[in-house]
Amino acid sequence: MGVTRTLLLALVMSTVAALGHAPVANADDSEAAMKAHAAQDEAERAARWKDLRHEIFGARSLGDGAGVIQIAAPEHALDAALVPVTLTMKAAQPIKGVYLVIDNNPAPLASHFTFGPRADPRILKLRVRVNMYTYMHAVAETADGKLFVAQQFIKTSGGCSAPVGSDDAAAMKDMGLMKLHILGNFAAGKPVQAQLMIRHPNFNGMQMDQITRTFTPPRFIRSIDASYDGEAVFHLDSDISLSTDPVITFGFVPDKKGTMQLVVRDSKDVSFNHSFDVPAA
Amino acid sequence: MSAACVSRRHALMGGLAACCLPRFARPAEAPLQAWPTHEVAPGIHIRRGVNEDVSASNDDAIANIGFIVGRDAVAVTDSGGSLNDGRRLRARIRAITPLPVRYVLMSHVHPDHVFGAGAFGADHPVYVGHAGLPRALSLRREYYRTRIEAILGKDTVGAVVMPTLLVHDKAQIDLGDRVLELHAHGIAHTDSDLTVLDRKTRTLIASDLLFVERVPSLDGSLKGWLQELGILKTVGAQHAVPGHGPVSVEWPQGCRDLARYLGVLLRETRAAVKKGLEIDAAVKTVALSERSRWKLFDDYHGHNVIQAFKELEWE
Repeated sequence: MGVTRTLLLALVMSTVAALGHAPVANADDSEAAMKAHAAQDEAERAARWKDLRHEIFGARSLGDGAGVIQIAAPEHALDAALVPVTLTMKAAQPIKGVYLVIDNNPAPLASHFTFGPRADPRILKLRVRVNMYTYMHAVAETADGKLFVAQQFIKTSGGCSAPVGSDDAAAMKDMGLMKLHILGNFAAGKPVQAQLMIRHPNFNGMQMDQITRTFTPPRFIRSIDASYDGEAVFHLDSDISLSTDPVITFGFVPDKKGTMQLVVRDSKDVSFNHSFDVPAA
Repeated sequence: MSAACVSRRHALMGGLAACCLPRFARPAEAPLQAWPTHEVAPGIHIRRGVNEDVSASNDDAIANIGFIVGRDAVAVTDSGGSLNDGRRLRARIRAITPLPVRYVLMSHVHPDHVFGAGAFGADHPVYVGHAGLPRALSLRREYYRTRIEAILGKDTVGAVVMPTLLVHDKAQIDLGDRVLELHAHGIAHTDSDLTVLDRKTRTLIASDLLFVERVPSLDGSLKGWLQELGILKTVGAQHAVPGHGPVSVEWPQGCRDLARYLGVLLRETRAAVKKGLEIDAAVKTVALSERSRWKLFDDYHGHNVIQAFKELEWE
């Protein structure tokens, strides 16, 4: 059986069933109780975000992201260990960087992108793990230092403790392989999107081996640097929330045919370097 | 169920303790009824699983499970999705034959097939699994157990049993004038798929390498599954017992729907990757022609596309 989805649904259903069977004096009371419960959840989530934003951004103010940054992800994720997220940016000021925060994940700051001169910072797509029902917050920082936030609620669970692929040995063997796809047509001076695929288990240290009673040691990508002919496209600080075999779509502006260089560093301080001709030879 | 049934001792002993049997009945509730089974071939008895997901009302009795009776002994294949599921199967065995349960086969890592194994502790059987099963179980069983028990209640699964006899490639077990051929498959539905061929009746116990009616779930390798299915077609069985769906189908005709589904999933996912579709866009377009042909399609298909996409995008 496809476990993640099934169990998730079943969990949701059993919760509903439990609510349905609760002895209630009348329906109004029950409805009021449910609303109160939901309001409490919402209050807890708001408090969580308040703490997180203070931790990450200190006292800086966060403006409404409407018109600057959008976050899109499936409302009900099919696979908690692989939740596709699309961030779309548009601003009068150039975008300097983007933060993705998954509030209820063990390490909430999932990604921080900093854009370089070769970037087209209008789109980012990535795949993340989501551990439980949570808000995701996407924060754009403009060149003048202002912050803008957008949010989305995600319903899924278990993405962090979910066992990763079936064969760790195979996952380790291919570690560091990369592919780069240029999406659409290359034209010098025109923005273009690229999809970067990296073979890396991104073990987050939360998958327990019950025989040895130990956790698969964490081994995850800490940073990715993409540059084009020596000029920075982006720097990414990442964490355990990226999915196994991360796939990242980003935009850049190639002034001419050239080379995309990628440097991926992981938590064992191992570096993986690859260069790709653009357009592909 | 009696909470005492799955005692701490039981848990500490890895599910092999014999403490379960004497406390069989639930005092406050009706005693567990033996499952009805169908004799799909002489001596092969199968209980049909419901086409549902695990829920508090079905005890996770959602897979086709059963047993094979030889001259000297019984082999269980599979044991079910919860202790109660396994107990009701055991009650059925006791109603049919006094022979000992010597083997409990574990067809793969998924809980609906192996979480009934704890119900057979009193029989001291040999638990038989794919060589990859211990590792798969060790990585997943707590994850599964927590989630199943969140639905069925505490102590409904018990300590998860580990296989004690591992099959690398091929093996045989003899129930007395009845030799079962076991085949440990390459990564397919999962990374721990074990099938059973009863040469005597030319019956293939395919478990979850064969889905009928209920949409398949992919948790291993799409290409691997198609390959293993090709191998199974030629083993010389006349009929097969699917892991989900009817208790018996003609073989190999009975895998036609599955082969078509997996084929469409492969072709259309590959095309989506080639077209540069994102994984979430692929989920919304791939193999939707199959939607009307399967039960629980909306619950599993999207996840299958994600699995297929992850596999094929690296081709």
